[in-house]
Parts: sequence; C-alpha cells; structure tokens
Amino acid sequence: MIRFEPRGHIPPILRLFAPIAAMAAALLLSALPLAAAGAPILRAFWLMAAGAAGSVFAIAETLTRATPLIFTGLAAAIAFRARLFNIGLEGQLYAGALAAVVVGSGLIDGPPALLVPLILAAAALAGALLMLGPALLKMRLGVDEVVTTLLLNFVVLLFVQMMLEGALKDPMGGGWPQSEPILDAGMLPPLVERMRLHAGFLLALLSSLLTHVLMAQTVLGLKIRAVGENPAAARFAGIGVTRVTIVVALISGGLAGLAGASEVAGLKGYLTADLSRGFGYAGIVVAMVAGLQPLAVVPAAIFIAGVFVGADTMSRTIGVSNYIADLIVALALLCVLVGGLFMRFRIRWS
Amino acid sequence: MTLALSIEGVTKRFGTLVANDRIDLALHRGEILALLGENGAGKTTLMNVLFGHYVADEGSIRVAGPDGALASLPPGSPHAALGAGIGMVHQHFALAESLTVLQNVVLGTRPLSAPHLGLRAARAKLERLMGESGLHVRLNARIANLSVGEKQRVEILKVLYRDARILILDEPTAVLTPQEADGLFATLRRLAASGLAVIFISHKLGEVLAVADRVAVLRGGRKVSDQPIAGVDRRMLATLMVGREIGVSRRTLREPGPPLLVLDQVSMRLPSGRAGLDGVSLTVRGGEIVGIAGVSGNGQAALAALIAGMAEASAGSVTLAGKPLRASPRAAIEAGIARIPEDRHAEGIVGPLSVAENLALESLDSPEVQRLGFLRFDRLRERASQAIAAYDIRCPGPEAPIRLLSGGNIQKVILARVLERDPRLILANQPTRGLDVGAAAEVHRRLLEARMNNVGIVLISEDLDELLALCDRIAVMVKGRLTAPEPVETLTLERLGLLMAGHREEEAA
Repeated sequence: MIRFEPRGHIPPILRLFAPIAAMAAALLLSALPLAAAGAPILRAFWLMAAGAAGSVFAIAETLTRATPLIFTGLAAAIAFRARLFNIGLEGQLYAGALAAVVVGSGLIDGPPALLVPLILAAAALAGALLMLGPALLKMRLGVDEVVTTLLLNFVVLLFVQMMLEGALKDPMGGGWPQSEPILDAGMLPPLVERMRLHAGFLLALLSSLLTHVLMAQTVLGLKIRAVGENPAAARFAGIGVTRVTIVVALISGGLAGLAGASEVAGLKGYLTADLSRGFGYAGIVVAMVAGLQPLAVVPAAIFIAGVFVGADTMSRTIGVSNYIADLIVALALLCVLVGGLFMRFRIRWS
Repeated sequence: MTLALSIEGVTKRFGTLVANDRIDLALHRGEILALLGENGAGKTTLMNVLFGHYVADEGSIRVAGPDGALASLPPGSPHAALGAGIGMVHQHFALAESLTVLQNVVLGTRPLSAPHLGLRAARAKLERLMGESGLHVRLNARIANLSVGEKQRVEILKVLYRDARILILDEPTAVLTPQEADGLFATLRRLAASGLAVIFISHKLGEVLAVADRVAVLRGGRKVSDQPIAGVDRRMLATLMVGREIGVSRRTLREPGPPLLVLDQVSMRLPSGRAGLDGVSLTVRGGEIVGIAGVSGNGQAALAALIAGMAEASAGSVTLAGKPLRASPRAAIEAGIARIPEDRHAEGIVGPLSVAENLALESLDSPEVQRLGFLRFDRLRERASQAIAAYDIRCPGPEAPIRLLSGGNIQKVILARVLERDPRLILANQPTRGLDVGAAAEVHRRLLEARMNNVGIVLISEDLDELLALCDRIAVMVKGRLTAPEPVETLTLERLGLLMAGHREEEAA
C-alpha cells in the first residue's frame, strides 16, 4: 500500500530538483504519443534537442520564442502568488499588441527616440486596463476571475479580428487582415545579426529581475505574499486587500501586454490575428514550472520555448505533427503538479 | 483489570526532532487514562502512531481482541486500528454537514457493493447504544443543524457503533461550554463503567483531575509520569507538564482611569446569520480589564469584530478616548487598539511568512521597517530578535516560517506584534484557547502588566476561571445583548452561570 506523509520541511535541493525531474518525466512520457505516431523515438528526441539548442541559430530561435513566455510567465506568477487567477493572459497580450500598433504605426507624432518607450507604455497600459475589470468584479462582487479573464480572451481576439478587417486594416496589405506596420523607429532592434532574437528578450530579463525585487524586497511584495497566503489575516492586520489585489491585477495585465508589444515590435512589425501561438496559456505552465518564482520563470520559459522550437524542427524532418509540442507542454504541467505532490509529501510503501 | 492496549517503547523521529521517545503506555478495560502534556509534547504524534497515520521508528503496539488476548497491531494501517477496535474522536469533527446523524454514523461502515445501507438495523443498534451510553441525538437531524456538543456526541456514537473497545478523545472540551463539558465527563464515566477503555487527551488540569482514573504526563516526547489520579494535585501536574514551577499572576487592586472605549447602544447584524449585537452599551476605562462571558455564539464574535474594526455598526456609536472609531482594521490599529484574534491561525498569522515578517505585519507602512517602499531586512531581523528574547518565543530563528511554531509561540508572536505598538486598548478574544499552562500564564502576565500601564482591556473568554482571575468587571452576552458589567468581587461562578443560562431558559420556554 502507498501512503503519503506530509513533510515538515522541504529541502532546497528537492525544490530545485522536483521541476527538473518533472520536465524529464514529461519528455519521457511524450515518447508514447511519438511511438503511436510511428516516429523513431530516439531520432525524434535527437532532432528536438538539435532543433532547440543544436546551433547558434537554434538557440537564438529558442530565446526568441522564450521572450513572450517570460512576460506571460511573470504575469501569471505574480497574479497567482496573490491568489488572483489571471487566465486572461492571451487577451491581455493581444490588447498590448493592438495598443502597440495603434501607437507605433504613426498615430502620434513625436521624437522617434520616444516611440519605443511610448509603445511599451501603451501596451502595458492596455493589458493592465483589461485586467482592471475582472479584478474589480472579483473584489466588489465576488465574481470568479477565472471565468471573466478566460472569456475576455475570446472577446479581445474577436475585437482584434474586427479591427484588422476594419479600422486598422493595412490598405497596402494586399487584402490580408493585418494592421499597418510599426514605424522603423518603433521597432525593437535585433540583438544578433541576421537572427530574429530582439531587444524584447533583454526587456523580459529585466522584467524578471524587477518582479523578483518587487516580490522579495519591497513592502508591496510582502503585502502581495500575505494577501495570497492568508487574505483574512492580511485584512485583520490592516493590509488593504482590495487595493493590493488590484495593483497585482494591473501589474499582471501590464506584463502580459508587454508580451504583445514585444512580439509585434520585435518580430513582424504588424499585427495579425495569429500573433500568439498560445503564449498566454503557455505562460501559466511556465509560471507553474517555475514554482511562481520570478527568477525561475526565465529558465522555465526557455525550456518550454525549446520544446516548441525543437518540435517544429522534428515535425518538419520526420513528419510528425508539431502538435506534439502542445502535448509535451501539457504533460509538463501535469508532471509539475504531480511533482509538487511528491515535494510536499513523503511516499511510504508498506 | 485486563489490559486493553499496550504501547511498548514507541519512538518516532521527524528528522532530528524526537517526537516520541521510547514511550510505554498501558491502558486497561474500564479505565479513563488522561494523556496530559503541553502543545508539542508528543500526544498527537503518539495517537497518530497508534492509529496508523504514522509508522513508529521503534517499538510496538499490542491491542486486546474481543476475547481479551493481546495481538500486535500492524503498523501504518488505520484500517487495522479500526479493525482492532480503536476509535478516535478528533478535535476537528469529520462529519458530512448535509447528511443526517444516522447517515453519518453508517457512512463508511458498509462495503460499496452492499445492496442497501442497512439503515433499519443501524437505527436499532444506535438506539440501543444511545440508551446505554446516555448520548442522545436526534437520528434524523441534519448535522448542519446540530450544536457543537451534539456533533461531538455523534462522533462518539460513530466510534461506539463500530464496536470500539478503545475510545480516544483529542482535546474534546476545546469546543465545549463548561456545561457541555460536564455532560461529556458523565458520559465518559458511564462508558468506562461498561468496560470501554478511554484515552482522554488534554492539557487542561482541572478536567483531567475531574474525569480521569489515571494520568500519564508527556513532556518533550518522553513520558515523565504515570500514576493514579488519587495521588496528584493541580500544582504537581502543572510542574510535571511544564518541567518547572508556574508562577500565577495575581491582580492587584487599582483605581481605573477615565473612560477609554465607549459603546453606546450599538447594534449590528452579521451577514452569516450568526448572532449580531442588539443595543449593546459598554464603557471600558484605562487600567481595567472588562471580561465578556457567555455561551459561545451569543454575539461575542460580533463584538470582537466591531472593536477590531473588522465590521461596522448599523446603529449606535463607538468612541475611543472621545473620538469616533472608524470601522476599518487600519483605523483600529492606528487608534491604538491591540487586537488578539480569536482564531490565531485564520486571522492572526500568515503561515508561510517568517516570524520577522509576521511581527511586522501591522507596521508595514512605518519608516521603522521600510524605506521608499523597500523592506529594511536588518531592522526586521533586529526587531524580531528583540521580540523573540522579550517574549520567550521558541523558534528556529527570525527567518523561520511561522507555521512551524507551536500554538503558544504563535500567540506570543501576536502578543509581541500588538503590544510593542504601545496600545491604549487591548481586545483579547479567547487569548488562551488551546494554549498550554505555561503559555497561558505568560498571556495572563502580559495582560495584567498592560493593565498596570493604564491600558484598557476587553477580555472575551469562555474560560470562566480565567475571567474571574483577571477581570475587574464582567459582563455577559446573551443573544446579542450585553448585561451591565458587575464587579468581580461580588460575582460568583453560580451567578455567572445564571446570567449565561438566562437565555437558555428563554429558549426552552
């Protein structure tokens, strides 16, 4: 018989090891669907590894893909720490991207040097404002934020499509539903010659560092942790729970909005309705893999990005659908949750 | 006397902590054995080993079968413990609120494949058991509609229904009023007389002396004493339990200061349907302790919420030193009210945060602990170290998560947090509930010390001995109304009981 005994103390080595083991388990488990698809398993894994990290180009591509995941991962991590379940990262990302192209494609005449900061600010603001409604509804009326934020994703995506077919449609776009491009001065510069990796990645790293400092070093961070761990005690101690929750909602939405700006101003330059490959949803997995620790979000995002990029390479070479990447990411989430169980409990056989 | 249970040399370690150190314990049929010890002495661990929740590192357990022959109990199997006739009533009940008493008792006794629940046979058996034990409950009543005392009776009936020969009760009086506790003791004596072996876990000396035949004292994981109740007294048990003499704080007479907290005809409704306040007036002066007695659930929670700033009055006025008190926790703190919450785990602390962070929780916006929004960790640590020394908080250090601390030490952290702000008024809601003798004495000492410093104190407690020992005046809450406070010199336990029971007579009528 198997029994679970709660651990009094979780050793730090286990904290570090558990998510890594979970990732390894997720990869191993993905051998099953690979085999079912008739792929040579070892070769498939080899191709995935090579595709994710086998060359400078592959690494740059993985980091490029990790960039939006770091933003959305941070957005999920900070919100979840405050027990605010923001599932609307995808919508906030699109809201940010929309704001970025509106501001960046020539709406505002200003000094070109200010265009990038303006684009980023507009995107963060758009994402934050989108999160304000669900946060207020939760705090004032007790409306479940999981439902409101999730459903807003569809509202925003449909709104973006409407704009791309209408007001924002690029007259020079050959009839495609895409926005006018962001001016050159508004684009995030590439970091490496002839590769897609752009300054958005540095911005993501900076965001991770700042979020970490916020959570670990500031009064607001302590209040956020208190509210997330025990809202009743936080309120009793005179902490403004509503206010803290709304600030967290704004930060979380703002970070997701930055993901949108970074994608649109760092890569294509114009907005289409397929800008995000589920970065908003994958951000939740990233945050869970990172144990909601802002600094750990970076390696977690790079790993998940590597899975996506590697699976693309593999599917091109041996003809297995690249949906396998989504499958691995889903398995990763499951394995992390199971890993958390192993971390909190000791398993006894008798 | 025949042996019902024999625990032999049980040792249980958690890492470096030895929770149970070679404990031997014998229990006989028809005997009530009190297991006495402070929080963290190893009582609960030992019972968890007995019940199969933990596997002991050393030692063995033997249980008598129906024929009286001792057989060893397989470790780590709650199923085997149940099968051997061991039944436990936990401090926190495990009842399905939406089911009836009968359904709850039967729950889990029938295999899933059984065609029907066998409720008719169960009802007959239960009625016989109720007759024999004197534990009467309406079998068709829903659990949600029962009082705490009744729920506890259902838990005991559940154990008896499974033909238990050994009944373990974990702190059974923690949730009961004094009257209900007396009823429980009578029941236990009747059950023991019929041959049941009872283990009664407690840290309250009075009830151990009142109900047990024999008392075993645990301290720091070891059994330090095991003797018949006839040869012991309160003082001796306290010393055994704590390992040193406990000083009892005495109240000294003094003239109270000017009115501090004034409640004038305050009414209030609670959304949860619990008793609110109905035209309550109360004046608390500096340098006095005013006690609020009453049967649990008569509006004490509402009164505490009001003074703590957690709830707003719908009518009437609340002033502190002449100024109206705004209904917010922040405002209460800033007005100089030190609040000790009723449920220290739910409202007092944030478990995963460190001792230092919990100590600072009410002062986060003061320059003492922050500069430009950044925490001053050196100050946090320094303040925590001072508090740990001044309040004798036993913990691994200022950085340790507070959830690792025992209840008494958590209460000391809360005391340190609220008292270091030099309050004008203290609201202490059940400040010693669940605490061991040593920690409770420390809380009493701190309250009396604050009283000498002209602090006004509202003490809400269900422990009448505590109220009579500490308070200058005591008022009684009955159905949301507060009687006029009477000086403690003219009050007796009987008089208090009468005031508290006033509402019961009404209810019966």
